[in-house]
Amino acid sequence: MKDVNTEGYTTEDGRKIGGVVMEMKNITLRFGGVAAITDISFDIREGEIRAIIGPNGAGKSSMLNVISGFYVPQEGEVWYKGSRRPPMKPFEVARQGIARTFQNIALFEGMTVLDNVMTGRIRQMNAGLLSQAIWKGKAEKEETENRAAVERVIDFLEIQHIRKTPVGRLPYGLKKRVELARALAAEPSILLLDEPMAGMNVEEKEDMSRFILDVNDEFGTTIALIEHDMGVVMDLSDRVVVMDYGKKIGDGSPDEVRNNQAVIDAYLGVAHD
Amino acid sequence: MPEQLIFGMEVFLNGLMAGVLYALVALGFVLIFKASGIFNYAQGVMALFAALTLVGIMEGQVPFSHLINAVFGTEVHHFGWHVPALAAIFLTMVVMILMAWIVNKLIFRHLVNQEPIILFMATIGLAYFLEGFGDMMWGSDIKKLDVGLPQGINGWIDEKTFNIFDYGFFIDNLDIVATVVAALLVVALVIFAQYSKQGRAMRAVADDHQAALSVGISLSFIWVMVWSLAGFVALVAGIVWGTKSGVQFSLSLIALKALPVLMLGGFTSIPGAIVGGLIIGVGEKVFEFAIGAPYLGGATEIWFAYVLALVFLVFRPQGLFGEKIIERV
Repeated sequence: MKDVNTEGYTTEDGRKIGGVVMEMKNITLRFGGVAAITDISFDIREGEIRAIIGPNGAGKSSMLNVISGFYVPQEGEVWYKGSRRPPMKPFEVARQGIARTFQNIALFEGMTVLDNVMTGRIRQMNAGLLSQAIWKGKAEKEETENRAAVERVIDFLEIQHIRKTPVGRLPYGLKKRVELARALAAEPSILLLDEPMAGMNVEEKEDMSRFILDVNDEFGTTIALIEHDMGVVMDLSDRVVVMDYGKKIGDGSPDEVRNNQAVIDAYLGVAHD
Repeated sequence: MPEQLIFGMEVFLNGLMAGVLYALVALGFVLIFKASGIFNYAQGVMALFAALTLVGIMEGQVPFSHLINAVFGTEVHHFGWHVPALAAIFLTMVVMILMAWIVNKLIFRHLVNQEPIILFMATIGLAYFLEGFGDMMWGSDIKKLDVGLPQGINGWIDEKTFNIFDYGFFIDNLDIVATVVAALLVVALVIFAQYSKQGRAMRAVADDHQAALSVGISLSFIWVMVWSLAGFVALVAGIVWGTKSGVQFSLSLIALKALPVLMLGGFTSIPGAIVGGLIIGVGEKVFEFAIGAPYLGGATEIWFAYVLALVFLVFRPQGLFGEKIIERV
């Protein structure tokens, strides 16, 4: 029998899902005496769209912050690309190829859309200050390449018309898209999306869903996303982790999760004995 | 042409030159404020410290000689060599970068996400520490600084204006050099901030710490870089002011002159620091000449800048170029 853990599989719609790229092992995160996450394990495979869902306060965002290095769990291990990740600063995690967006949008409001997306390329920029000052050879080539990559992302997410607009002036939905563009510009191994559709109207939600699917399809980007809109998640994702009160109560394909009694109870509410 | 008008023109020009010097100090403030939201009260002392270090290195002074002699009963004062100006400037810059690194490591790294007032207090502490430290390291006597900048009346301007107006303008060569240096510095800083990747990262950090971290920018690196830059600006200001009036404690007080400049120009704008400096420089000189000396008994230069800043605070609190603060309710 084939080992799906290392070799992966092909989905019904023909997308290739690879082996495990990230694995969370027995993660526990506490703030003082309050446990935000208790002993949670799950994995993320290359090329898949992995969702983490759960009611408000379930610990989803905390989990995303653990993955991106903003929180350091008290217990448990994070395995990335086959080796255990030592405790790291968020910027080091980002440089390893894990890009993210934020629930409350964290953009550089005073900078233009283009400049914002360019900051996503910092991982790919190596030219020193001196060679930039002289503006020859390596630095020039690097800048051109990065600009080209950024323009591709901008085209792809259909934000060409606002390239030179300062981000602070954009409406909410577009800001979300710019943030996605910045994360995508980093050509991440894993793209973390924290409630990408929060606060959007139906039309914007549909747009965002389409972009997420297209990104995954076109670039083969591995995506892990948090969302509490069940409907959206079920349509988008390959596998779903369900959290409630900091614990994992379900993990599997959307269909499996949908029929899981514990999940139904968590979402609909059930009288506790 | 009436004599008064000709004198006025000379005063105006000298005001412009003085304004450039104010702007030089204000620039250091703006850099740090933009990137980290810290109002660096120590900027003036940094200029003093840079100038002290520069003189000390050039003269081959033994650092902490007073302390060493007191503890070990020795009599060392000088290494007995003289370091050329350029090499000494380079070494001083190394010291300023080292200082930036230490300041970040020991103080500001531990104050991330603190209230601005706490950060401000920390810089006040830093200012007094640095003042005492510089004193202990290099001694408190007034020192002469000469890195080879031209000084004295500019003969060419004197001659030309004499031919035209029958009255030669007195413009100091040092002021002209300072103007050129300041202009170059501003152009370099703007290019750096707008077009280099480090500059882009600096603007990103200034805008949003979290977002900067998430794209892989190291806050520590950027802060050390910004403090080094501010150290460099302090060094330039220290050289110019030190050459002009000797390296002494009062050098650190130029920081106080930079305050009204910042209120005028806005705390977040590099061009604002320049324009603000020029307005204050010209304003106080012309006011003294036209109103202060004849009608108010003179010495208006001491307070004019602050009154002007107050007026600005009432009518345009964000300064000429600062970002307008709009609070949504």
